[in-house]
Amino acid sequence: MAYIEVAGITKSFPAGGGVRPVLRDVSLSVELGEFVAIVGAMGSGKSTLLSILAGLSSADSGTVSVDGEPLTGVRDNAAFVFQNYSLLPWFTALENVRLAVEASCRTLTREEQKARAKRVLEQVGLGNALHRRPRQLSGGMRQRVAIARAFATDPDLLFMDEPFGALDALTRETLQSELMRLCSSVGKPVTTIMITNSVEEALLLSDRIVPILPGPPATLGVPIHVDLPRGRTVAQLVRDEQASHVRAHVVATLTAALGNRRPRAGVVLTEKENTKPGVVSEDPHPVSLS
Amino acid sequence: MKQALRRSSGRALHLLLPLVGVGLALLVWWGASLKVTDLPSPARTWEESKLYILEPFAKRGEVDQGIALLAYYSLIRVGQGFLLGVAIGTPLGFLFGVSPLLTRMFDPLMQIMRPISPLAWLPLGLVLFRRSEPAALFAIAVCSMWPTIINTMMGVRAIPQDYWNVAKVLRLSKTTTFLKIIVPATLPYMFTGYRLSLGIAWLVIVASEMLTGTPGVGGFLWQEYNSLIYAHILLAILTIGVIGFVLDRLMGLAEGKLRTV
Repeated sequence: MAYIEVAGITKSFPAGGGVRPVLRDVSLSVELGEFVAIVGAMGSGKSTLLSILAGLSSADSGTVSVDGEPLTGVRDNAAFVFQNYSLLPWFTALENVRLAVEASCRTLTREEQKARAKRVLEQVGLGNALHRRPRQLSGGMRQRVAIARAFATDPDLLFMDEPFGALDALTRETLQSELMRLCSSVGKPVTTIMITNSVEEALLLSDRIVPILPGPPATLGVPIHVDLPRGRTVAQLVRDEQASHVRAHVVATLTAALGNRRPRAGVVLTEKENTKPGVVSEDPHPVSLS
Repeated sequence: MKQALRRSSGRALHLLLPLVGVGLALLVWWGASLKVTDLPSPARTWEESKLYILEPFAKRGEVDQGIALLAYYSLIRVGQGFLLGVAIGTPLGFLFGVSPLLTRMFDPLMQIMRPISPLAWLPLGLVLFRRSEPAALFAIAVCSMWPTIINTMMGVRAIPQDYWNVAKVLRLSKTTTFLKIIVPATLPYMFTGYRLSLGIAWLVIVASEMLTGTPGVGGFLWQEYNSLIYAHILLAILTIGVIGFVLDRLMGLAEGKLRTV
């Protein structure tokens, strides 16, 4: 049995007197230590799926089990990185991280908790911004604090909801490589599920990419393994054969799904409920769909 | 140079316009005093009141005291009543904010009690406590606590889902969630409530002092009306206005400080 087993998840939300189905029959297995990226257009139900997997909300039907136990709520060993940072504005960077350490490492003394929070912030390069509040930090720095907060609790399970979605391209790349470094430095398997709308980001970070096909209700497409050694770089991915193969598969799956819904599909996938277009691929080499 | 001139003339205008407003009001007052024989003119009001203003801390009798001393009594009473109202209103606001059940239970009652005038609560206070001082505090507290309850409740409801998710993800205890998330997130709303509550408390004090005849600005106003010294009515009215304005500004400053966090 895999570390995370998801079987037949269905979820709908009440909408205008009726119900809007969001997820239908979603099943997924994630191995211990695996990094899975769920890729899809905005508004396709990715966040809903992730919050169910993390135990933040519950499914209408279907089961989620982690490490053989059915999921009943947020697990002790799980951490979450939100797209909009979700830092508490009245606390400094250090206090934000300390709050997480205090809640998860109760056996440590206050001094040890503080030292730990400090150390993790230093690891993400914020050693000189410990006492600044979120509004005094740039978007990239805020997300660094959020990542530090997640890693400070020493998690076995990490959920990331478009962690770099709100950042500019350069900051995103820096943070992606820092995340890779952090993941490999903890010295134990951290099972990670990340949702993203960027195929490149998924290629860069994950072991396996699961396309989410927009519905409604959304379903999962055929997953594809990314058989590339870790420590990948954007430049390397541009040239790599295997990477192009994976990219082509994911983009084709997603655009085909969208094509079923809309008469004309492009590489840029937009969701009609959203005013902002959901860019699925920032591929420097657009995949030909013919 | 031109710009500096324009800026400094803008600043002068900023100070001048309110003065023009006050001047016009004084003119209307003076005009009215020509028509209404009992209404003292601004000059006569000053003549008859200057003793109270120039010797603000003089104590000549129980109600015949300097204006600052009278204001002090009123402020103490308002402070006590306001603190009582806030001490009751804040926890109730938090409770209603987190519990839709309690809100549904008490909302109709609150809507009915909110518009009741302080003049109606005061006799009930006198019946309950038999003395004018606690009755006045009762009236102030009951009338002034509504904005605190409602704004605190709104503040709790306005906490973004993100913060609740943080509490869930970090598995914070109920106490920690309350102290580190709910209270700081609600603080700006709470202070808006406090500011409105203090405004109401100040409105109630005058009415309650008038009815109970206790020393203070309101008691002074009523006594001077009965003694036919009309200039002092105007003195009391102006004092009430100025103090109310200053209180509101002070609370506004505290509120502004919190909003920038």
